[in-house]
Amino acid sequence: MIELDDVRVRLGQREVLCGVTARLPERRIGVIGANGSGKSTLARLLNGLVLPTSGTVTVLGDDTRRHAARIRRRVGFLFTDPDAQIVMPTVAEDVAFSLRRHKLPREEVQRRVTDVLDRYGLAGHADHPAHQLSGGQKQLLALCSVLVLEPEILVMDEPTTLLDLRHSRLVADVLRELPQQVVVISHDLALLADFDRLLVMDEGRIVADAPPPAAIGHYRKLMS
Amino acid sequence: MNGLTGAYVPGGSPLHRLPAGAKLAGLAACCTVLVLLRAPVSMAVAALVVGVLFAVSGVGVAAAWAQVRPVRWFAVALFAMQVVFADLPSAITSVSRVVLAVALAGLVTLTTRTEAMMAFLERCLSPARWVGLDPFRLSLLLSLTIRSVPVMADLATRVREAQRARGVEWSVRAFAVPLVVSALRHADALGEALSARGLDD
Repeated sequence: MIELDDVRVRLGQREVLCGVTARLPERRIGVIGANGSGKSTLARLLNGLVLPTSGTVTVLGDDTRRHAARIRRRVGFLFTDPDAQIVMPTVAEDVAFSLRRHKLPREEVQRRVTDVLDRYGLAGHADHPAHQLSGGQKQLLALCSVLVLEPEILVMDEPTTLLDLRHSRLVADVLRELPQQVVVISHDLALLADFDRLLVMDEGRIVADAPPPAAIGHYRKLMS
Repeated sequence: MNGLTGAYVPGGSPLHRLPAGAKLAGLAACCTVLVLLRAPVSMAVAALVVGVLFAVSGVGVAAAWAQVRPVRWFAVALFAMQVVFADLPSAITSVSRVVLAVALAGLVTLTTRTEAMMAFLERCLSPARWVGLDPFRLSLLLSLTIRSVPVMADLATRVREAQRARGVEWSVRAFAVPLVVSALRHADALGEALSARGLDD
């Protein structure tokens, strides 16, 4: 469960979020809005990458201001650009890297890495240099590196922006099958069409909060 | 790019199975021996040994060549200088020493996973804890450095393409400014991604 209570975020002179309040118990939640509307800041609030200037963000019962490290272990985050997330030279090493601080036995690490790569179609690339993968494969690798930690919530910031149609569909299929709660920031309306709930943001505020058809209608009106 | 990034080549050779520490110690010993060798004949024997090691590792000719290719022009220049200022045997010995040392270092990276290298470095750096440094972070630096090479090369290619498209391909400023800005943006994004993966705990 995610709860935001009168959250304000100020970056320099600019107020990026202006009193956002929401309770998000649904399994699949989408966030849409114009560029600069505060979507990415909202996403970063959910695993403590950004802390509120005022108000509180509670994720899985913990206040992000007090327990950011604990929340980051329970909330996975996928960024738009996979190149910025890949740390190790090869595919399997990058996925295993996520588990390093967990001090798991080598066999357990190997099992989890093999399992997640197999599940998302990267098993054949385990020893390949990560930088030689296609854009879609890199995003899948970044996703594997997050999912290997078995997060309880997954936050994704425009995960399909750099992907072609085939890989966008693949990410959509993956999202549909994930058992955990997911919050997806996106401009890809098709990706969010079957979500449980969509938030529409504009100038740092939630201006619509509804199931996809109504929320997308509001967003189109806002953009016209 | 393999040569630059030292990308691991999967395999099951005895060299692949050796622990990272043993390989690094072996590399240090071999480089010391190379420094001590003086005669071109002994260099020929050393070259044969290095060749056999590459053959045993099974990494392939392309990967082997990628290790020494970046130093080829340096080797040519060094050889020419040695011939002019010393003599032919010295030129052969000096150039062989550099090329064989680079090839051996490349062989270690080609047969060792970065995570094995990081784990070894972490163990070696564990006394750094006494002065408040985190060995994990220090070994992470190594990995990020290796990973940053292809990323920077990619950024440079993109900036070059943008320059060509705008017809300012000879402007150093038009190359350097966007490259530095992109590199700083990448560093910011990487830092955020590391935090998101719980690595700042």
